[in-house]
Amino acid sequence: MTTRAGANIRLCRCFILAILGLARASGQTSSPTSIFAPASTPAKSIYGFSLFVLAVTAVIFAVVCGMLIYAAVKFRSRSGEDQKEPLQIYGSDQLELAWTVIPVLIVIVLFMTSARIIHAVQDARMPAGTIEVTVIGHQFWWEYQYPQYGFVTANELHVPVSDPSHPTPTFLRLLSADTDHSFWIPRLAGKTDLIPNHPNNTWIDPHETGTYLGQCAQYCGTQHAKMLLRAVVESRADFDRWVSDQRQKANEAPDAQAEEGRRVFNSTACINCHKVSGSVANGLFGPDLTHLMGRETIGSGAAQNNAANLRAWIQNPAAIKPGVLMPSMKLTDKELDAVTAYMLTLR
Amino acid sequence: MASESVPISGSIHLERESGRTWLETLHEWVITVDHKKLGLMYIGLALLFLVIGGIEAMVMRLQLAVPHAQFVSPEVFNRMFTMHGTTMIFFVAMPVMFGFGVYLVPLMIGTRDMAFPRLNAWGFWITAFGGLLLYFSFIGGDGLYGAGGAPDVGWWAYAPLTSPAFSKGHSTDYWTIALLVAGFGSVATAVNLVATVLSMRCPGMTLGKMPLLVWMYLVMGGMVLFTITPLTAAQMMLMVDRYLGGHFFDTQAGGSAVMWMHFFWIFGHPEVYVLIIPTFAFISEIVPVFSRKPIFGYPIMVAATVGIGFVSMSVWAHHMYTVGMASYSNAFFVLTTLSVGIPTGIKIFNWLGTMWGGKIRYSTPMMFAVGFLFQFLIAGLTGIMLGAAPFDWQLGGSYFVVAHFHYVIVGGILFSLFGAFYYWYPKMTGRLLDETLGKWHFWLFLIGFHLTFDFMHIPGLLGMPRRIYTYEPGRGWEVWNLIVSIGAIVQTIGTLCFVFNLIWSYFRGKKAGNDPWDAWTLEWSVASPPPVYNFATLPDVKSRRPLWDIKHPEDPDWKYE
Repeated sequence: MTTRAGANIRLCRCFILAILGLARASGQTSSPTSIFAPASTPAKSIYGFSLFVLAVTAVIFAVVCGMLIYAAVKFRSRSGEDQKEPLQIYGSDQLELAWTVIPVLIVIVLFMTSARIIHAVQDARMPAGTIEVTVIGHQFWWEYQYPQYGFVTANELHVPVSDPSHPTPTFLRLLSADTDHSFWIPRLAGKTDLIPNHPNNTWIDPHETGTYLGQCAQYCGTQHAKMLLRAVVESRADFDRWVSDQRQKANEAPDAQAEEGRRVFNSTACINCHKVSGSVANGLFGPDLTHLMGRETIGSGAAQNNAANLRAWIQNPAAIKPGVLMPSMKLTDKELDAVTAYMLTLR
Repeated sequence: MASESVPISGSIHLERESGRTWLETLHEWVITVDHKKLGLMYIGLALLFLVIGGIEAMVMRLQLAVPHAQFVSPEVFNRMFTMHGTTMIFFVAMPVMFGFGVYLVPLMIGTRDMAFPRLNAWGFWITAFGGLLLYFSFIGGDGLYGAGGAPDVGWWAYAPLTSPAFSKGHSTDYWTIALLVAGFGSVATAVNLVATVLSMRCPGMTLGKMPLLVWMYLVMGGMVLFTITPLTAAQMMLMVDRYLGGHFFDTQAGGSAVMWMHFFWIFGHPEVYVLIIPTFAFISEIVPVFSRKPIFGYPIMVAATVGIGFVSMSVWAHHMYTVGMASYSNAFFVLTTLSVGIPTGIKIFNWLGTMWGGKIRYSTPMMFAVGFLFQFLIAGLTGIMLGAAPFDWQLGGSYFVVAHFHYVIVGGILFSLFGAFYYWYPKMTGRLLDETLGKWHFWLFLIGFHLTFDFMHIPGLLGMPRRIYTYEPGRGWEVWNLIVSIGAIVQTIGTLCFVFNLIWSYFRGKKAGNDPWDAWTLEWSVASPPPVYNFATLPDVKSRRPLWDIKHPEDPDWKYE
């Protein structure tokens, strides 16, 4: 009996190690969006908790599955056996009490640990030095407002790295301009929805610099799939430099072609939706283009931001991102070249 | 054993009438109020929609097999997942569960029909009409706007995506009205099931002597009455919004998107239990018969079922951990959600207790039942992970959730349903399903299922959200998605074996006799298929296993109950 109990414990231990190993391995399979590679306090709290839940469920699985396999194999009817019916057993009060009480205890433990993490993540207070960003979800792109610094940008969130000993977290206020969206960068935090007429909050405090990826996690319409998230985490100095750049007005057009592009841009419907700070373009429906070339991607991550893609995008956005709300403006080739040249000056 | 049939007083055998034209036969099926014919029609309707919903799933899996695939456009993909979910829940799972219920419950409680036979017919036809209405959207959804087609708002149709500003044309209206009328059908049949169980039982069958299946259908019927109602209310409000200028869910005018979520999920979560409780019912009949032992702990099984019924009404907001509820609300729903695991765990242990010490015969129904137990265990454990709110903040809305609920619905509900088909098909048609084809079906479907849904968890853990028509390369999702799609093909082949088996065995299957499995409940005392009036004189039962008492007069159950 003792050896069997020992074997069972060893089996359980193997299971837990296997699960943890799997968790680690999937964290390291170079997926930039793995929930098992946390880099910020909320994601780390969830990660620790998730390992605990995985361990508990692994033990339950090992025990119950072991019983199932044992019963299914051991008590199978064998050919050549007598055809007598087995002993008819109707139940056992002791056993049934046991397998009621043990799950109750497991539920209590899991509830208490959940409640602790929920409180720690959801009810966290903003320390001094917090960066505040208002995130507005649109079909199908992200608007980022920095009210402390007085500028607006789109699709690429910049935040400073947060040293755990002197945390400078970023608190995000989540709003929606149209339908439901969800903000999910798995390595930084769990997801929180952006719901129209229902402001939400979440926070991150990335501990390492780098680019963190994610995407909209609540179905929001045709192009839900290409509403990608990028968060650039920089050193404080780099972040401050980026902020001061963002606060500048757009550059003057340096050459004739760009100047022509600006004229085309300002005299078509582009300006109804897009803003270029310091010009007549003041639209608010689409992304702010004042510092477009500071971003790595266009179309909320649909394509790399380079001259060829920009030109293709302006010519017909739906070819790159079908379902996008930006229409094709039916520009001539010359106008396209000019507008692209103008866009390339928006640094 | 198949040749031994145990007559119980009052079983009658009618000769099949012959010489009718096909038109007369069709007419008879259209006007019938016989619970057996209606049950079969419910099941037939569900099988038809199962094939359609399966094709929609295959379209999605082909599109997602590789990143940046262009097999279908995003618009088509979004319609596919909306129609797949809506079809599978409302026009496959619900009708098939009602079908087995209206077929089996009167037979198992020893009566001649449902309490309200004509209401039964109405419930079936209105449900079928709802299904046709939903699919008519492919033709009529465009409306005058030239936009739309089939609905593309997701099967839970979150506001404000359903408001006229975002959903032009009539696709959402077809979705709304289809579910509204099908919901009336569900309520009608649920009323009927509850009334039948409460008032039509044969002499001697007290509540405590009903087969577990009947208990579980009683709970399921009661739950349908409480869960369909908020869905119907929400659909009405949505129609008021769309046609009469209401603002219930119109966020641009101060309406609340979150209110739709509450309405939808207070229907949506108990709905899962509405579907899984009949599943438990099948397992609670199949496992004892093939283990040759009575169900272990009958009273606590009944208590656990009723307990699940009540607790499942208070867990709905675990679908909403990410919508910004207060921390104490989230904690409350963690507690209620995890609590459902207690009665569910009791059931799993009691099924194991039933197998323990038995002589298990591995006919196809039992193989599917063991598959169910294994997969339902895993589905329950991933359910614990999702029920714990902090973990859900990462897992919710990802492919992990998709894998979890398909584990419940395919690995749990569909497996036990296949078991139920193999178990009761001989009663319904008079012929056994072919065992060799059945084993092919089981193993192919098992392998396909695990290829698809085991590996579907992983992209979720690696950050892949659901409902995306394509995905970016380089996120570690490619290989898993390819395996998942290959598994879907294997499942399709397994399902084709099943469909072929259904048709082939109807004509060529082995004759079943009254009682091919040597079972114990009343439906096996009558001919296969049962005569129109089931029982010429009503049976008189003394225990939960009336046929056991007859087969073992020296050791009857009623001595111990």
